[in-house]
Amino acid sequence: MNLTLKIWRQKDSKTKGQMVDYKVTDISEHMSFLEMMDVLNEQLINAGEEPVAFDHDCREGICGMCSMYINGEAHGPDRGVTTCQLHMRMFKDGDTITIEPFRAKAFPVIKDLVVDRSSFDRIQHAGGYISVNTSGNTQDANAIPISKHAADEAMDAATCIGCGACVATCKNSSAMLFVGAKVSQYALLPQGQVEATDRVKNMVAQMDLEGFGNCSNTGACEIECPKGISLENIARMNRELLKATFKG
Amino acid sequence: MSRFFTSSIGRKYAMALSALFLMFFLLQHFAINILSVFSPNAFNEASHFMGTFWAVQYLLQPVLLFGVIYHFVMGFILEIKNRNARVVKYAKNNGAANSSWMSRNMIFSGLAILAFLVLHFIDFWIPEINTKYIQGDMSGLLADGEGYRYYEELTHKFVNPLRVGAYIVAFVFLSLHLMHGFSSAFQSSGVSSMRKEKLQKFGKAYAIIIPLGFILIALFHHFNH
Repeated sequence: MNLTLKIWRQKDSKTKGQMVDYKVTDISEHMSFLEMMDVLNEQLINAGEEPVAFDHDCREGICGMCSMYINGEAHGPDRGVTTCQLHMRMFKDGDTITIEPFRAKAFPVIKDLVVDRSSFDRIQHAGGYISVNTSGNTQDANAIPISKHAADEAMDAATCIGCGACVATCKNSSAMLFVGAKVSQYALLPQGQVEATDRVKNMVAQMDLEGFGNCSNTGACEIECPKGISLENIARMNRELLKATFKG
Repeated sequence: MSRFFTSSIGRKYAMALSALFLMFFLLQHFAINILSVFSPNAFNEASHFMGTFWAVQYLLQPVLLFGVIYHFVMGFILEIKNRNARVVKYAKNNGAANSSWMSRNMIFSGLAILAFLVLHFIDFWIPEINTKYIQGDMSGLLADGEGYRYYEELTHKFVNPLRVGAYIVAFVFLSLHLMHGFSSAFQSSGVSSMRKEKLQKFGKAYAIIIPLGFILIALFHHFNH
């Protein structure tokens, strides 16, 4: 298939960017979206032009590195997939595809389609972990009884790969689905409950500090999340913060 | 606790709590207004009770005023903060692919409701405060002293078709606001998804029945006068 691409080009974080049109030809419908981008970049390099910078790593949908806002949706029009798992069969011959970086004040553009998502790392550092003695005498995790329901819910929350699609798609650039998932995966398990009070307080405080917007429950994040993280995690985070506030 | 209410989640709780209070008030307002269709006497009695009972006037009325002002002011503050959280806007954004129009446009339905409230306060609340607390007439009686004034005042307002039209438009926006707002208030309050599913059905019914009821009351008095 032959396509017209409208791509956001930005030299660096300080330079103003703009949309630039490109043509790609003979794209196979079996290609992934990133493979199509590789074809474009090869074309640009051969022509002596600067290739389009975009994030990618595993290309298996599990690392959370790839991003891109494709035709007005985070990770494109398919559901439950990251951009690397989006296939060109989702598009038609002759289509014009608009490709932009994930946009949020807390995700500044580094170059072209690459954004700085280290605000997520700082939120994780604020409490997205459990303090475990790993000196060799660690207790077997299976020795602690956990109900199947809690284990499943914690696992569902833990599947969040921190790609930032929730922020990119939210009309308010809110990070509450990400933080809700990270708070939930520990709050649901006995190992996580020990530090639950400080965790939720510190992670929410860091989230606010980073300049993310406020959730207004549109539910767009849940729909666009490649891992199907549920809004229930935001409700749980809200409960956890209220509980932590009363505990002091 | 102060840190809680200045946090993004604390503000969500506060917006949700003020919304829940306003939705409860709306139900009570509707319950009294619908009486005017079936029994002018019952409507007059209920209005007089609400207009003169000290707990309603001096406790609930200030809470209601605070709730209304807080909900609007915080709504605007959050809208500004949220807009500032994305400096460069998307060239192409397909919001309809993942969220409802109502959920994305709460600020506009809210603005329409605010405009209506200004009209509503000029129509009813300010004259009521003037009669009772400035003129000092707490009797609730008509000028000629023959019965209560409330039903007469209500029906008189719905003679003008332009006002009835404005009320209908405002209640359509109220319905759109409630379509998202009802379930959103419970989600923000941390209600679990199991309970939320049942509440969502109830919320949709509430968002249609209550505004539609107010529209029918306005139309009834317009054509019945």
